[in-house]
Amino acid sequence: MYDQIDQKDLSFVGHDVPRIDAIEKLTGEAAYVSDMILPGMLHAAVKRSPHARARIVRIDTSKAMALPGVRSIVIGDELDYRIGLYVVDKYILAREEVRHYGEAVAAVAADTLIIAKEAVRLIEVEYEPLPAVLAPLDAINIDDPAKPGKAPLVHPKLGEYDHVRNAFTPQPGTNVANYTKFRKGDIDKGFAEADWIVERQYTNPSVQHVPMETHVAIVQWQAGDRITIWTSAQSPYAVRNLFCHSFKIPHKNVRVIIPYIGGGFGGKAGIGIEPLVACLSRKAGGRPVKLQATREEEFSLLPCRSALTYRIKTGVRKDGKIVAQKMTMYWDSGAYADYAVNVTRASGYSCTGPYEIPNAWVDAYTIYTNKPYGTAYRGFGHVEFSWGLERQMDLAARTIGMDPLEFRRLNTLKPGSVTLTGERITEHTGNVTKCIEEAARGIHYGKLTKEEAARQKKTGWKIGKSVAGLQKAPAMPPFTGTAIFLKMNEDGTATANVSLTDMGQGTYTSLAQMLAERLRMPVENIKIAFECDTDRDPYDWQTVASKGLLIAGNAAILAADDLLANAYDMAGQILRALPCDLDHDGKGVFVRHNHEKKISFAEMAAGYAYPDGNGIGGPLVGVGRYIAQGLTNLDKATGQGNPALDWTYGAHGLVAEINEETGEYNILKVCSVFDVGKAINPAEVRGQAVGGMIQGLGTACCEGYIYDAEGRLLNPSFTDNKIFTAMDLPEVIESAVVETAQLDGPFGARGVGEHSMIGVCAALGNAILQVTGAELTHMPIRFEDVWRALQTKQSPDAWIVKSPVKHL
Amino acid sequence: MKITLTVNDQVYTRECAPSKNLLHFLREDIGLTGTKEGCGAGECGACTVIMDGKAVNACLVLAAEANGAQIRTVEGEAKDGILSPLQQKFMEHHAVQCGFCTPGMLMSLRELLERNAKPGEHEIKQAIEGNFCRCTGYQQIIEAVLDLTGQLEHKGELRHV
Repeated sequence: MYDQIDQKDLSFVGHDVPRIDAIEKLTGEAAYVSDMILPGMLHAAVKRSPHARARIVRIDTSKAMALPGVRSIVIGDELDYRIGLYVVDKYILAREEVRHYGEAVAAVAADTLIIAKEAVRLIEVEYEPLPAVLAPLDAINIDDPAKPGKAPLVHPKLGEYDHVRNAFTPQPGTNVANYTKFRKGDIDKGFAEADWIVERQYTNPSVQHVPMETHVAIVQWQAGDRITIWTSAQSPYAVRNLFCHSFKIPHKNVRVIIPYIGGGFGGKAGIGIEPLVACLSRKAGGRPVKLQATREEEFSLLPCRSALTYRIKTGVRKDGKIVAQKMTMYWDSGAYADYAVNVTRASGYSCTGPYEIPNAWVDAYTIYTNKPYGTAYRGFGHVEFSWGLERQMDLAARTIGMDPLEFRRLNTLKPGSVTLTGERITEHTGNVTKCIEEAARGIHYGKLTKEEAARQKKTGWKIGKSVAGLQKAPAMPPFTGTAIFLKMNEDGTATANVSLTDMGQGTYTSLAQMLAERLRMPVENIKIAFECDTDRDPYDWQTVASKGLLIAGNAAILAADDLLANAYDMAGQILRALPCDLDHDGKGVFVRHNHEKKISFAEMAAGYAYPDGNGIGGPLVGVGRYIAQGLTNLDKATGQGNPALDWTYGAHGLVAEINEETGEYNILKVCSVFDVGKAINPAEVRGQAVGGMIQGLGTACCEGYIYDAEGRLLNPSFTDNKIFTAMDLPEVIESAVVETAQLDGPFGARGVGEHSMIGVCAALGNAILQVTGAELTHMPIRFEDVWRALQTKQSPDAWIVKSPVKHL
Repeated sequence: MKITLTVNDQVYTRECAPSKNLLHFLREDIGLTGTKEGCGAGECGACTVIMDGKAVNACLVLAAEANGAQIRTVEGEAKDGILSPLQQKFMEHHAVQCGFCTPGMLMSLRELLERNAKPGEHEIKQAIEGNFCRCTGYQQIIEAVLDLTGQLEHKGELRHV
């Protein structure tokens, strides 16, 4: 979809066009599901487990049912439906056993939310607490994860569950929900060739997405199994498909409507509370029921980002070339597999980072534990492994006595390099070396500026700098597709229907710009209809993976071209000209060699009518269909294949000042650079770059789930689980892009929504390390963690397992 | 109990449960859903409204406490269908993404601008410290206010390198 067009020849693409949804959001008029009230609507509340693992002995709902105003109560025993994206392992409500703290065991719909909550309080649940397994390494047989271990099984019936067989490999009889492996080159030969080998373990906790609008759904289950779902979700067709799969109801009977969404970040990617709300509505005689998660429920009833424990072993030659790397990742899925199995797979094929490693070996496990379950989260595993990988790059560089930036430049993927899965990089893939160099330039890497030197002298806080590289491809099925309907309105404006959602990332504005460019009409004349509706809008797989801009962008171009072809066809008849002699501007179609001969889009919008009333053509519409090209499933034995729609490369440069006595630090500057192919809307790209960076720094500095020894979540609130506020911003934030055109990207563009989170965590850790020697291996980096690391001042020698130097 | 309050210059009298908070009163009893609920615990600022000239978390104020008060919400910001200058600067600077924090953010800034016509960057940050935004990273919001008050030295931009 790429035509090489100079920016000076582009009227709308590449410009800072205002968001098309700005006005309704600024006035408070944009209606989110949380704002909706339907006639006869009931309000729901959920009874949740206080235990990480327990047998449900008895549930008594009689007192709750007797409360005036209660209209329906459901418990797990009556709901024999399992749901699941990739491994169908979850009941709508816990049956027989609860598997995590906060899991839903019963739910109530009542006339008011106050009554529903009182009814929930009156439901009596008797539990028999069972031993819970909380740490992924305890949950498996660490010597052979394919064999049973000592831990209780979170899912004893794992072998009976349906799962997506061409991508995932659950290990029945164990707590391994999925095992993915990648093999490239000859790992033993690689390590033999290495002069130095370093090996270290890294950890990340679970974190919460924190969309400002918590999960909310309204469902009405009417007679004849006709169901309407209004939900704050990212992917209308995924909700419908998974819902129908669970309830065995025809897709045509289920209508999913998604209006404005108050943030998603992956937490609303799949299906959530919709099936439960549906069951409450069915039992309440078809009245619509609304359930909105409380903020506390957002932390434990709904999913989080998976925790990760991983070991990296890296073999390096004296000259700085990485020759071998072995990585073992243990993803803590929590009680259900959800997206975590695919996070494992996608981060697996990417976990060598933007570096060429000729001999690589990756074992990645998704492990069930008795904790709230993991799902997609902006970055889809890459923030997590990037933390350790980029810390490891610094460790390896320092071990051999090379500057970490130089070490990275030497090892980056370049044209001709081969990725972990065997894909050959070309000059069009993107330029990570340039991203790294520009990030370094942005922070004046390797020296202190005059101001910085003065500041360091004055405060006594040491100023450290670092650069981390990053990359990510969309994690999606190889055949991911979308369609767009484009309709010419009677006044010559145009409206497009899509099922990709815009939850704030701004894709709709970019689509409008591309349509405007193709139709040659102002962006103001184009509407992308907010409120997705599966009854009216064409298919889109999911709004995830930073693939929306590329796939839907191409579909938008094809829809515009299809509409134009129909317009030219009609205009050719009206103007008595060959379509090849026609051209168009924003108003209509004209004959290229005689501009006086023209017909407007407005006159053709409903089909053209001659003065005598004869009509031709029919309403002017266009359909754009696009599907990812040339991608493959991965070989299960080796991980080889072509999974990547595109690789967006980038780098984060970070400057921090650290108080060596107390462990406190400030982030002075962050500079991000991404190779976006083409910035369709630079101001929006910047919004993604900064927003993701701050979200990433939140997870780097302060966010994370904390459990007690019994698996109860201790910090499900903003008081105890802080996110970044305006007062926490780095003093200077800079954003830049490289534009190496993606040859199958719309106007050369590739996605960047998730990438802005990825590199900042490791960049912070490495900047602190650079000037203090504090070796941090766990995220988040709290001041007390820095202080502790400074007390121990562990020598990097501790992680060296092979050295050409004799005394080691 | 019966309460009367003035919201965006309109007087409303309603029967109201003593336990109802101002946020739910505005959203459910008056139908002004522009003000959002993000946590219900006074931690996120999505429900910020201006009560008698002060920005408050509407989830922490009982409707009964607001009896007789002058309330301003996001719905009062645009006049006759025209965005206020603050809203226009938000639009120009892409200070909106998902939009869920935006109403509360605007109210915190409206209060700030009424007591300080030229707030510095630090004062702007302080004014919105209690307003969480998970999307924007705050930078473009701060720039919008600096621009509105004629203090933005360089328009924030995405560098092409």
